Amino acid sequence: MSEEVLKIADLQVSYGGIEAVRGISFDVKAGEIVTLIGANGAGKSSTLRTISGLVKPASGKVIFDGEDITGKDPTAIVSKGLMMVPEGRRIFPNLTVLENLKIGAYLRKDDLESDIERVYGYFPRLRERSWQEGGTLSGGEQQMLAVGRALMGRPKLLMMDEPSLGLAPIVVQDIFEIIRQIHAAGTTVLLIEQNANMALHVADRAYVIENGKIAMEGTGSELLSDEKVRAAYLGTTAN
Amino acid sequence: MKEKKISFQAFICISILLIFVIILENISMIFPSLPQIFAPTSPLFTVLKKAAVYSLVAVSMNLLNGFTGLFSLGQAGFMLLGAYTYAILTVPSAMKEQVYYLFGGCAFEFSLLDMFEGIFGSAGFGGAVSMILACLIAIILAGCVAGLFAYFIGIPVLRLKSDYLAIATLGFAEILRAIFQWQKLGKVTNGANMIKGFPTFSSFNITDASGNTVLRLSTFVPFLISALCILIIVLLIHSSYGRAFKAIRDDEVAAEAMGVSLFKHKMLSFVISSFFAGVGGALFAMYVANAQAKAFTSVMTYEILLIVVIGGIGSVSGSVIATFLYVACSEWWLRFLDSEQYVGAIKIPLLRNGFRMVVFSVVIMVIVLFFSQGIMGNREISIGALFKKRTPRAERKQ
Ligand SMILES: Nc1ncnc2c1ncn2[C@@H]1O[C@H](COP(=O)(O)OP(=O)(O)OP(=O)(O)O)[C@@H](O)[C@H]1O
Ligand SMILES: [Mg+2]
Repeated sequence: MSEEVLKIADLQVSYGGIEAVRGISFDVKAGEIVTLIGANGAGKSSTLRTISGLVKPASGKVIFDGEDITGKDPTAIVSKGLMMVPEGRRIFPNLTVLENLKIGAYLRKDDLESDIERVYGYFPRLRERSWQEGGTLSGGEQQMLAVGRALMGRPKLLMMDEPSLGLAPIVVQDIFEIIRQIHAAGTTVLLIEQNANMALHVADRAYVIENGKIAMEGTGSELLSDEKVRAAYLGTTAN
Repeated sequence: MKEKKISFQAFICISILLIFVIILENISMIFPSLPQIFAPTSPLFTVLKKAAVYSLVAVSMNLLNGFTGLFSLGQAGFMLLGAYTYAILTVPSAMKEQVYYLFGGCAFEFSLLDMFEGIFGSAGFGGAVSMILACLIAIILAGCVAGLFAYFIGIPVLRLKSDYLAIATLGFAEILRAIFQWQKLGKVTNGANMIKGFPTFSSFNITDASGNTVLRLSTFVPFLISALCILIIVLLIHSSYGRAFKAIRDDEVAAEAMGVSLFKHKMLSFVISSFFAGVGGALFAMYVANAQAKAFTSVMTYEILLIVVIGGIGSVSGSVIATFLYVACSEWWLRFLDSEQYVGAIKIPLLRNGFRMVVFSVVIMVIVLFFSQGIMGNREISIGALFKKRTPRAERKQ
């Protein structure tokens, strides 16, 4: 459990003049579920986008699997086994479910059959709808597709940006159940969530981001019982 | 397995179509009493030839606009490059003196046609082989030149936001047209004059020793070349590259996040699209039997864009159907609107020269306003209605 899959050192990201991420450091160890929580605009998505190469950092380092991937392009990063489920699902609306899944494995040249079966195993509804266009799926189904699509890349580390966004509570539970299963099957997960309660329950460790900085860190249960976290992110106070 | 079955069916359909074209072209020779419309000079064949050429260009534009989501307005420019490349490479050197008489001959003595005639002879079967090889190679090179220029435009422009491509290609096409008409380059481009004397579609008609046509192939040839090129484009669209193109069209950021290299795939699509526009340009030169820069205006690009929109952005079969309808309307069916007509002794009002374009514009406006999906939307005609009905159910079962 000690080997570091991902290590972020003093990462800074700015858009024009606006500093969105101001020196974040954290790490994810093999086999963990790590979650980043924080208010709107705290810089969570910016951090993920920078790790996956969509945004170039102003400074700092991203080490994945012992290799410096700072500022590399997304193609190189994906091919090393780092996949992202982007914020807001972003499935391809005019491609069928099956085509969406195949794009997730675009950089792989080997046989996809077993992976498609695996994804359909997690999400039987996708199998029923494999010829339906992505844009015509319901929100929940689209989220399943976005997760399935990322799994097609056989990631060593799966990063998910708010997978529960806009889903009914029962579907949120389903999604979290799947995250547990994916994790149990051996994939390391980095999870961003607004739904701090659910996230802290599944996570081994968690970081709280405020204004582009790490404000707190600890195991999931530690943060769940922390006064400040309860007040700010769980909407409950102790008693 | 499904893919193979479809390609096999497509292959059969294309073969039937080509055979049908040959029969149609030659039927008036076998049955001379047939109506005028089957005669080689009838507008039917003008329409078929032009539409065959235009459908390739429309499909190539659709590959870029409809399947990759890139908006280029350089189609006419790439066609111009193709037309001139083809013309310059195939005009026999004996003809060059006469074609370039204003400039005292051509700076470029070489001719593919002469080269192959030197090997295979210029008469009979050898002559046919020489001409086919010369034309084929010149057409491919025409595409390559267009593709090469696209590559150089793409290097700076495709890294920017997509809108810039439309502006850059439009400007490129206009500049190119001016350069090719520039008198200083007359020894290569023949200035503002046309280049002629190269093999055209009619050159493919088979004649006997005394010069009588035995078998007409002048409509078959553009159909054959266009069909092959469109087939290649369709295969590309169905390959994993095509899937990546469509992913980029749907959502650039998501495609990039999945590891699809935006620049590489946009470049690929742009170069391939331009290659086929260049081939289309060569075919266009063969169709009008000359190459002249002033034919390749931006109006031509808009015409093709219109065809793509009418057919449905993202539908290959839509583009092809729309091309044939569009060309038939503009060249044939609406011609009567341009001349004064009488019903009995009463002159029908409004019909006079130019009225056709008015009607045509109105029809197009109605289509674009009320049927913005075009004829086909982004669907395709699948071969055989039966097949179409069976597919989804069969797929669901497995
Ligand atoms: N492309 C951009 N250009 C300019 N500013 C941006 C851009 N993307 C993000 N920002 C800004 O950076 C800050 C952090 O944004 P980010 O998307 O990382 O927040 P977040 O923590 O994911 O919030 P949320 O929970 O609402 O998704 C915000 O103030 C946002 O306005
Ligand atoms: Mg976010």
